Amino acid sequence: MYDVIVVGGGHAGCEASLACARLGKKTLLVTGNLNNIADMPCNPSIGGPAKGIVVREIDALGGEMARNTDKASLQMKKLNTKKGPAVWALRAQADKITYPKEMKKTLEHTDHLTLRESLVEDLLVEEDTIKGVMLEDGEKILAKAVILTTGTYLKASILVGSNKKQEGPHGEKASRFLSDKLKALGFRILRLKTGTPPRIERASIHFEETKLEEGSKDNLTFSYDSKTATATTLQIPCYLTYTNAKTHQIILDNLKKSSMYGGYVKGVGPRYCPSIEDKVVRFHDKERHQLFLEPESLFYDDIYVQGLSSSMPEDVQEQIVHSIKGLEDAKILKYAYAIEYDAIDAKQLKQSLETKLIKNLFTAGQINGTSGYEEAAGQGLIAGINASLKLDGKEPLILKRNEAYLGVLIDDLVTKGIKDPYRLLTSRAEYRLLLRDDNADLRLRDYGYQIGLVDEERYQRFCQKKKDIADVFEILKKERITPKEEVNAYLEEIGSTPLQAGLSLYELLKRPEMKMEHLLKLVKLPFDEAVLNEVEIEIKYEGYIRKAEQEAKKMLHLESMKISEDIDYEKIPNLASEARQKLQEVRPTSLGQASRISGVNPSDIAILSIYIKRGNYESN
Amino acid sequence: MEDTICAIATKLGVGAISIIRVSGRDAISKVNALFEGKNLEEVESHTIHYGWIKEKEEVLDEILVSVMRAPKTFTREDVVEINCHGGILATKSVLEALLRTGIRMAEPGEFTKRAFLNGRIDLAQAEAVMELIESKNDTAKRLALSALQGSTTNLVKDFREQIKQVIASIEVNIDYPEYEDIEQMTEEKLEKLLEDLQAKLEEIILQSKRKQQLKNGIETAIIGRPNVGKSSLLNHLLEEEKAIVTSIEGTTRDIVEGDVNLDGISLHILDTAGLRETEDVVEKMGVEKSKQILKKAQLVFFLLDGSKSLQEEDKKMFSSLEDEKTILVLNKKDQGIKIKKSDLPFSHVVVTTTKTKDGLDELKQEVKTMFQQDEIQENDAAILFNARQLALASQAQEKLKEAKCALEEGVELDMISLDLQEILETLGEITGENYQDEILDTLFANFCVGK
Repeated sequence: MYDVIVVGGGHAGCEASLACARLGKKTLLVTGNLNNIADMPCNPSIGGPAKGIVVREIDALGGEMARNTDKASLQMKKLNTKKGPAVWALRAQADKITYPKEMKKTLEHTDHLTLRESLVEDLLVEEDTIKGVMLEDGEKILAKAVILTTGTYLKASILVGSNKKQEGPHGEKASRFLSDKLKALGFRILRLKTGTPPRIERASIHFEETKLEEGSKDNLTFSYDSKTATATTLQIPCYLTYTNAKTHQIILDNLKKSSMYGGYVKGVGPRYCPSIEDKVVRFHDKERHQLFLEPESLFYDDIYVQGLSSSMPEDVQEQIVHSIKGLEDAKILKYAYAIEYDAIDAKQLKQSLETKLIKNLFTAGQINGTSGYEEAAGQGLIAGINASLKLDGKEPLILKRNEAYLGVLIDDLVTKGIKDPYRLLTSRAEYRLLLRDDNADLRLRDYGYQIGLVDEERYQRFCQKKKDIADVFEILKKERITPKEEVNAYLEEIGSTPLQAGLSLYELLKRPEMKMEHLLKLVKLPFDEAVLNEVEIEIKYEGYIRKAEQEAKKMLHLESMKISEDIDYEKIPNLASEARQKLQEVRPTSLGQASRISGVNPSDIAILSIYIKRGNYESN
Repeated sequence: MEDTICAIATKLGVGAISIIRVSGRDAISKVNALFEGKNLEEVESHTIHYGWIKEKEEVLDEILVSVMRAPKTFTREDVVEINCHGGILATKSVLEALLRTGIRMAEPGEFTKRAFLNGRIDLAQAEAVMELIESKNDTAKRLALSALQGSTTNLVKDFREQIKQVIASIEVNIDYPEYEDIEQMTEEKLEKLLEDLQAKLEEIILQSKRKQQLKNGIETAIIGRPNVGKSSLLNHLLEEEKAIVTSIEGTTRDIVEGDVNLDGISLHILDTAGLRETEDVVEKMGVEKSKQILKKAQLVFFLLDGSKSLQEEDKKMFSSLEDEKTILVLNKKDQGIKIKKSDLPFSHVVVTTTKTKDGLDELKQEVKTMFQQDEIQENDAAILFNARQLALASQAQEKLKEAKCALEEGVELDMISLDLQEILETLGEITGENYQDEILDTLFANFCVGK
């Protein structure tokens, strides 16, 4: 008898099982192939806009992805640095051998965690409560909670042109029955599709024909606790090339041969990640499309061609690849493919990621309709935490939209549901100014510590940082700078108005042209860069940050107006018909959540709000 | 919206025919129960039928009945319209019979409310229906009709669409920073775009205010020294157009306030006290009060006795009059005009003889020119037409200014994008839209991104 069984060893499954085991739960991780734990079947990178911030959030809460990436990074970049701090984000090229290897090592060295190779084909359910799982050979394993992180493996089929195989990535066995069992339990099943580009042999590429794309030379790390990352010393570059008119012609000539355009695919593909066929068809006036050549590992020769996702048959893929500059003689090691898989309608989940239908059954990752390693890992962590909290009889951890991208992600999923695979984007976060790369620890580390995933040593380091930030604020507000000759000379040099009278350092830094680096030329502030950086952002963007906080406050007010579980929407007069139907489907827990359901308009919220208030009044 | 509702849709007791409208789930079956003729539950949708309304074997009226099934109806519910004989008794007897079947009397505006709640019209259109019912003149009616057809909705939609495009092109650079082929939004480009947006919104607000004036009636003041012909001008305007005048007995003198309809333009004559007396307004009311009136007025008729030379006091008044809203009326043409037009610092000057109505047509024409009546008739333009909509637009305008200032101060593009999203939300309130998912849709429709 286990406390928790985690089904699936991808990024969601790893975080979920680590969280449970670290919280003292006797945990079993069941996965189809132990050699594929934390596999990266698509792009060899982790992070990017919004996603990179999720990795930081995972770290702040005590998850593994950030630390593991720091052990396996080939190259690191800080993106969007010319834009405001709200959208800065880290991205690593990660080694596809090292990353899984390091993750597996961590799993194997974690107490209370057992790994087992098998496929789960049924769930044991009694009285709407999960009791365990049944393996493909019929063996039953009991547990108090189960977390499904099945990725793309539910009824997976791989498509290349008209060729369709019932299997998961790498030819792995797919789970054939589990999705039917879920359907029988009342889950609405969606068919989704995603795809991946071809891999080509490094030695066959004419790199001199492409543009070099190097990473950052700085010592960038994902984890707040890593001292360095492997990328700092490795500095492995990527390369950039483009499609051209010839490529596009080949694609158009062969369009009907692709799985998508030939009508072989039923699943809905992601909008943000179109295949090269889609790009050429939808944006036919575009002369070229960018392709990044990314190394997959130090230990083998595959180069990932980012931008060339396709479901064309192999011979057409050959033609496409060879039409591209630098790839004329390229040898394809692995053809691009589309993959179809089953997912559940995430509107059937609570904000804790527990299913509404079956008690103690949680789901995380691609089964919930997301795509991306980071989105999966984040959900896995939250599902692991909440399964453990539930077994301890505690309230779940539900991050709000103003607290974390993870909050935005989960709220979007359970409130709006999805039509195509969901990817996090900065534009999905209405309070993104509060959800920055620099402050994920300030937002979330207390939660991680309280739950028990952040140990004392890491927490003390964080407390020191918090104290330092407060100290720097204090100094800047208290200390004044006087119009001395050398001060004014420097100010003029950087294009700032000379001082007439004394000014606090805080006020000086408020000047639009003034930066922390300038201030450091005038005064000594012996603190960490991260600390100074944090203070600078808080001061420079104070107006915008306050405004975002005000907005968040309004949202939190709506959020605090709870909707009782047994509300009957049929009984509320004057609701628009569409709103009534959507509310019935999602059954939001608060007025705030209700307001985010598409098809529920402000007038419906007003009506609902009056109804709730009156209800409260009457019951009092 | 479970109930079925009914109401008399035409004015009670006026006209040969009255229409009773019934809407709701049971509209057809309940009317059918009273109807003698075809079985209305079986007739095709959007057809009209002849028959009788009968209650307990008593014939109440001979009627024509239209059956319209959901969803292609005004309320998106089943709708039945009964054309019965006009006259209070016949209509009321049919209505009462309907009410006895359990159909409920509609509240004011309830049909429109249902159309709104059932998603057939948006907030701006629902407001337009109300405006249409209440419109006092042709202009108001035309504007409301055009808004009902969606012109206001589209105006707001188009403008929001433009903002969305700007946001999307900033956002795409954030979420796909390395896609160099996508046009990069720059400070310079954004500044230009913000200027355009500002100018457009400014124009929308200006046009809307102007047309609102026409709709509500132009606040008009008639002023001038004693005995120049103010009261006869007023009388002519009133008599000719058979305007509604309310004459309220003041405590010490007559106060006149009234609406004058000039070929579709309403003038609302302000309480310029003592207008019917031959007293000097400025003297009687005090300088402060008259200044207030002049400030409030959107149109000022300033009358001078043209047969006499210009008086010092008149010249003093000139400075307190704004040229763009003043029509200078040189009266008493019949006695010979002694004042040269070139001595008058005004663009709009009309010569009249109020005694004989000479020059009155020219005066009306001048009013129309000033308020661009011609243009409005052609271009029944989309405007924001109530205070709520205008207030939201002005808020958006204010925020647009702030965003531009921030950009000039060097605030990054992604922050300006947040300002724009706020503006989008504000404008969305005009039609009652949420913006949440719109930006993403725009982004993916316009840009080619992704692995």
